[in-house]
Amino acid sequence: MASTEAAAYYPRVLRIGEILRRSRMASAGLTLGAVLVALAAFAPLVATADPTAMDFNAPFARPGLAHPFGADNFGRDVFSRVLFGYRTSLLVAAGSVGLALLFGTPLGLVAGFVGGITDHVIMRPMDALMAFPAILLTVSFAGVVGASTGVLIVVIAVVYLPIIARTMRASTLAVRAEPFVEGARSRGASPLRLMARHVVPNAMDPVLIQASVLMGIAILIEAALSFIGLGTQPPHPSLGLMLADGRDIMRDAPWVVIFPGLAIVLAVLSFNLVADGLRDVLDPRGALR
Amino acid sequence: MGLVRFFARRILLTIPVLVGMSVVVFLLLRLVPGDPAQVILGLRATPEGLAAVHRDLGLDLPWHRQYLHWVGNFLSGDLGQDYRSHIPVAVLLRQRLPVTLELAALSMLVSLCTAIPLGVAAAVRRGGAADRAAMLLGLAGISIPDFWLAIMLILFVALGLGVLPSSGFMPLTQNLVGNLRSMALPSLTLAAGLAAVLVRMTRASMLDVLSREYIKFARAKGLRNRVVVYRHALRNAAIPIITLLGLQSGYLLGGAVIVEQVFDLPGLGSLTVTATLERNYPVVQATALLIGLLFVVVNIATDLVYGALNPRIRVG
Repeated sequence: MASTEAAAYYPRVLRIGEILRRSRMASAGLTLGAVLVALAAFAPLVATADPTAMDFNAPFARPGLAHPFGADNFGRDVFSRVLFGYRTSLLVAAGSVGLALLFGTPLGLVAGFVGGITDHVIMRPMDALMAFPAILLTVSFAGVVGASTGVLIVVIAVVYLPIIARTMRASTLAVRAEPFVEGARSRGASPLRLMARHVVPNAMDPVLIQASVLMGIAILIEAALSFIGLGTQPPHPSLGLMLADGRDIMRDAPWVVIFPGLAIVLAVLSFNLVADGLRDVLDPRGALR
Repeated sequence: MGLVRFFARRILLTIPVLVGMSVVVFLLLRLVPGDPAQVILGLRATPEGLAAVHRDLGLDLPWHRQYLHWVGNFLSGDLGQDYRSHIPVAVLLRQRLPVTLELAALSMLVSLCTAIPLGVAAAVRRGGAADRAAMLLGLAGISIPDFWLAIMLILFVALGLGVLPSSGFMPLTQNLVGNLRSMALPSLTLAAGLAAVLVRMTRASMLDVLSREYIKFARAKGLRNRVVVYRHALRNAAIPIITLLGLQSGYLLGGAVIVEQVFDLPGLGSLTVTATLERNYPVVQATALLIGLLFVVVNIATDLVYGALNPRIRVG
């Protein structure tokens, strides 16, 4: 019995290797992402200067050996500030998507697996949430409770919740109809066991693709809201804040807006490459959904 | 289910969404920590002043009465006053809304005119030059933050080449050319992200349709390639593209909030941001409700078009 049930699994570790072999996009994205995460994690070691230290000998310093990305009007090192900004970006991306997965996956699973009234009770509020424009929710929330990185994580998670729940529900519906689930059911597996051992492992692929896309979007939202003053607040580091400050001096020092922006593009690109690569391998028709 | 019943059902279903939205926007003001009147008046607060603001906002009534009062006012067109300039909010919205709508319309036009032909060409010759261009646009457009693209356009096109204004707005009624010049960079910025998702969808949808039997049949009949691609394939591939376009209207409104800020355009988005930063509650409530309303209307319109194009979904 155990061996037939195990057949419902794909060996997870092997599959990641296979995905990387079959998709150059996914491996490029994962490599890029890993490098960026490492840079953020080891920021204090990699940074060429203290991100808040002002060097009055180097205001508007051009990019060079001392300051790889140049310096701003206070002589602060742009490269080091970008590294610390990444910490905030990645924290917001991981935090918001993590929260949305934590609540959205079980909700979608139960809605899709149980169906009937339970499905309605779970999904109608999700639809209503979905009908709410995300930017409106974020801006008004930030306006009322005050803007901060923490508020940003929660608000983005709320916006993502219905997206994750819907994806998981659709995927659960498809897997529930598979013969191996029917087989396990007829052998007397409890609903809980069916969900945990058969549905979840096989229904997670689209959710993971979606999660990767949403991580990239979270980085964009964090930067955009911090840019207009409704996200991360100074003195906390944020790529969006750097761009907002840099606007006033970009004529004299274009590097203060070019490099933080490129940094955002690279981070978002890595998540999008992973998502596209996963989609190509796991779900060739997924682009149409 | 007939078309009319489908439409009626769809429109009825938005009533709970609208009510929910108005309750949330209403609660915004009540969830503010402390007394909103204190925040509005700041250091100038006197007991009489506070009482006056309470009466103005209806804060001295019980909650359900406050809500009904507020909705009633809203429906009769009384949106309250800007607490700083004392201009009626309705007047502000009438000034600001056209700018945002023009920005959204121009962006949609630009992205449709690039994304559809490029996506079709990409699908017709898979792996060719157009396909590579489409993939690049599809990836770059969703990875580049719109406000950074805006800054780069200002830096290199407006300041660098000096051909277009870097910020500011010329009303349409004043000077058409000047208006389009002031809108060029903002709408290009906003169009980039939309074009990216559209080109992906067009390509995927066309690839799917082009592999169908009826396309092979149309080709076997000896129809010219152009006719097959544009008349037979694109028409059927359009359904998911139109749905996506509707869903992306939320993106356009959200993007407008940021882009208007960067280019200093006097639209609904910049009004919302300024009012939020200034805690100008009547303006925040009105803009929030208006943006939500726009979003709901576009979603209904999308569903209706979708229902008319695709009879199968009317069953559900």
